[in-house]
Amino acid sequence: MPTLIDNTRPRPDAPPGSETRAAVSAAARAKGKGDARGGLYKPREPIYPKRVEGRWRTIKWILLVATLAVYYITPWIRWSRPGGLPQQAVLVDFAGRRFYFFDIQLWPQEVYIFTGLLVLSALALFLVTALFGRLWCGYACPQTVWTDLYILVERLFEGDRNARMRLDAQPLSFDKAWRKTGKHLTWLGIAFGTGGAWIFYFHDAPTLIRTFWIGQGAMTAYVSCALLTATTYVFAGWMREQVCTYMCPWPRIQGAMLDEHSLQVAYLRDRGEPRGAHKKGQSWEGRGDCIDCHQCVVVCPMGIDIRDGSQLECINCGLCVDACDDILGRLGRPTGLIAYDTDSAVAARACGQKAVYKLVRPRTIYYALALCLVSGLTVWGLISRPQADVHIIRDRNPIFVRMHDGAVRDGYTLKIANRTFADRRFEVAFADLPGARLSQPGQPHNSSVEVLVPADQVVAVRVFVTAPPDPDRPASLPGRFVVRSGDIRTEARTVFLSGALNPQ
Amino acid sequence: MASERETDDVTGVETTGHEWDGIRELDNPLPRWWLWIWYGTIAFAIGYWVLMPAWPGLHGYTKGLLHRSDRAEVASELKALDVQRGSGAAMIRKASLTQIEQDPKLQAYAQQVGQSVFGDNCATCHGIGGTGSKGYPNLRDDVWLWGGTLDDIQHTITVGIRSGHPGARQSQMPAFGRDELLPPATISDLTEYVVKLSGRPADAAAVARAAPVYAAQCVACHNADGRGNQALGAPNLTDSDWLYGADRDAIKGQIHAGNGGVMPTWGGRLSPETIKALSVYVHANAGGQ
Repeated sequence: MPTLIDNTRPRPDAPPGSETRAAVSAAARAKGKGDARGGLYKPREPIYPKRVEGRWRTIKWILLVATLAVYYITPWIRWSRPGGLPQQAVLVDFAGRRFYFFDIQLWPQEVYIFTGLLVLSALALFLVTALFGRLWCGYACPQTVWTDLYILVERLFEGDRNARMRLDAQPLSFDKAWRKTGKHLTWLGIAFGTGGAWIFYFHDAPTLIRTFWIGQGAMTAYVSCALLTATTYVFAGWMREQVCTYMCPWPRIQGAMLDEHSLQVAYLRDRGEPRGAHKKGQSWEGRGDCIDCHQCVVVCPMGIDIRDGSQLECINCGLCVDACDDILGRLGRPTGLIAYDTDSAVAARACGQKAVYKLVRPRTIYYALALCLVSGLTVWGLISRPQADVHIIRDRNPIFVRMHDGAVRDGYTLKIANRTFADRRFEVAFADLPGARLSQPGQPHNSSVEVLVPADQVVAVRVFVTAPPDPDRPASLPGRFVVRSGDIRTEARTVFLSGALNPQ
Repeated sequence: MASERETDDVTGVETTGHEWDGIRELDNPLPRWWLWIWYGTIAFAIGYWVLMPAWPGLHGYTKGLLHRSDRAEVASELKALDVQRGSGAAMIRKASLTQIEQDPKLQAYAQQVGQSVFGDNCATCHGIGGTGSKGYPNLRDDVWLWGGTLDDIQHTITVGIRSGHPGARQSQMPAFGRDELLPPATISDLTEYVVKLSGRPADAAAVARAAPVYAAQCVACHNADGRGNQALGAPNLTDSDWLYGADRDAIKGQIHAGNGGVMPTWGGRLSPETIKALSVYVHANAGGQ
């Protein structure tokens, strides 16, 4: 059972006189302001995350650089494709209705591959959350990455936590003005860079970067750029943890994935309690390792107190782990008072039992199986895509035409898609109907017709199929259009209606 | 479900008083930025009312300061479409009918124009699929009364059939029965003769009796072998295609009354380019000639 420790209220086992202890985290203070006396709407409680160093912070910096590098560099990778096709490795070409990803090229009707990818992402998120908690939220989510970057900028201009708090409390001065202005201008610059990089995924990047500045870019480019500039600036600069707490559905859903065996940032209350101030040289006997220094609270970008237990707001970024380890190191105590741990392990140790870690659980097995299944289907769907395909629309009016000699002609519209990168001449034949002759409108009859389909295009052609007179032919005959070009062959089923049930 | 508002023990927040299976709903306040966005949408709505057409009145509606109108936009888009179509019409004007039919791009254009013009003007009689009905020729097969070449079709559409146009395609089969040119018994014999022409079993005695009548009355238009004459619009009597019906009663009725349909002249109503496109559309989708 997950345990919730609430430090905003007096603890039942608290020593006398501690009932009035003030809330220590921004989240707790905000909660206090939100009661019936605090009014109907809740102001945002400003959070001033303190700088911290340590293992998890280093990993976060590395991931920040890596994810931003992927985002900014990807549209600039060139990729050689034949003909007049785009030379950009990753391109969502709305005008040309194609999606290019290195050697993969998807058509709009293959959007199910994206569905597969989305389902995969969701399942991967489920599995990772069930195993290791909200790693996505803490390390890879764009909201986290950009907020981290914005806080870095904020620190460069305004200093660390205490300096920032002082600055905000100061009356307006030249010093305050230039620091604030510089911060916001840099934020806006980053926001513009974010929106600016986004649009290169949808147009040829080297072309757009020229046309964009001379006002000749596509209107969608300017609108998207403006929109992303605004959202980046507002979300990462102003709203930050509010996005995670109020706007994002994931914190609400994650409760269904987490259980007592999921790893998450946890305060090991079995080791930390009872907490309290510690004087140098004092004995550690009979007390917990937590010295109530609030370092875990002041570094938290979400403004919570992790010692209150697992909370909706917590993004599992591990900065409190680094902060606590730093203090414990100075005290000469073993690190890991706040650590990635499971609720069950904490509870077991609290009862003096051995902690058991269970990675393999029904939940993780189901998620892993679903993940394998959907991955398999998606990869299979991707590699088994045909190089060409044909779709048939049968004429409905007239459904057949009888010629003067009793021959019968049916009309069809064929849509032949050439998914290769070369122009191809397709030979179209009608199988299963002996003596059938094919023609295109205004053209003479033949045993087959030829259709030229340019590279990467769909061509719609009308084809007439004429069957010689045969009084014994059934009214409806199954037939197939066979479309061939070199070793590429595809076919589609249809019917030939002979009109036998409609005598003259 | 309880309706008492109480304070939640764990969080210290008031509940809404709603309870489902022991789960109570906290009445946490909304964030203030949410409130400001809500105000923003209200401000936007007011701006929208002022700038755009918004409120209905008794006689019309508020036009808005921008004077935006979807009707005006459609009109200007249609005008742009006309300009665009102009280039297609110029291509059709310059090319010959055969060129239009053989060039994939021009044929595609003619098919588009032809289909819509056919649906508007021709489908009433010939059917939307062009298969006609009794008295209205099927345009999809390979049987043509007045000729099925591109030029024949273009001419037929332009002048019409028995349309009153000075150059109209003109012919009239005599009403042998109604005008009492032939006695009923002879008309019955002739019917057997025509049935025999189309390759079906017929009364041999009647056929023998009718042979001299056919030679005297019908050969001029329908030919000695019964294959008809497209210059006169005289149908081929030897095939399986019958405009007014294939059975004996229908054939007898046609000899009796000498029906001939009327097709209007389209020369003055449709532009020459449209008629060209329509001719190609009819020819390309027909069964040949």
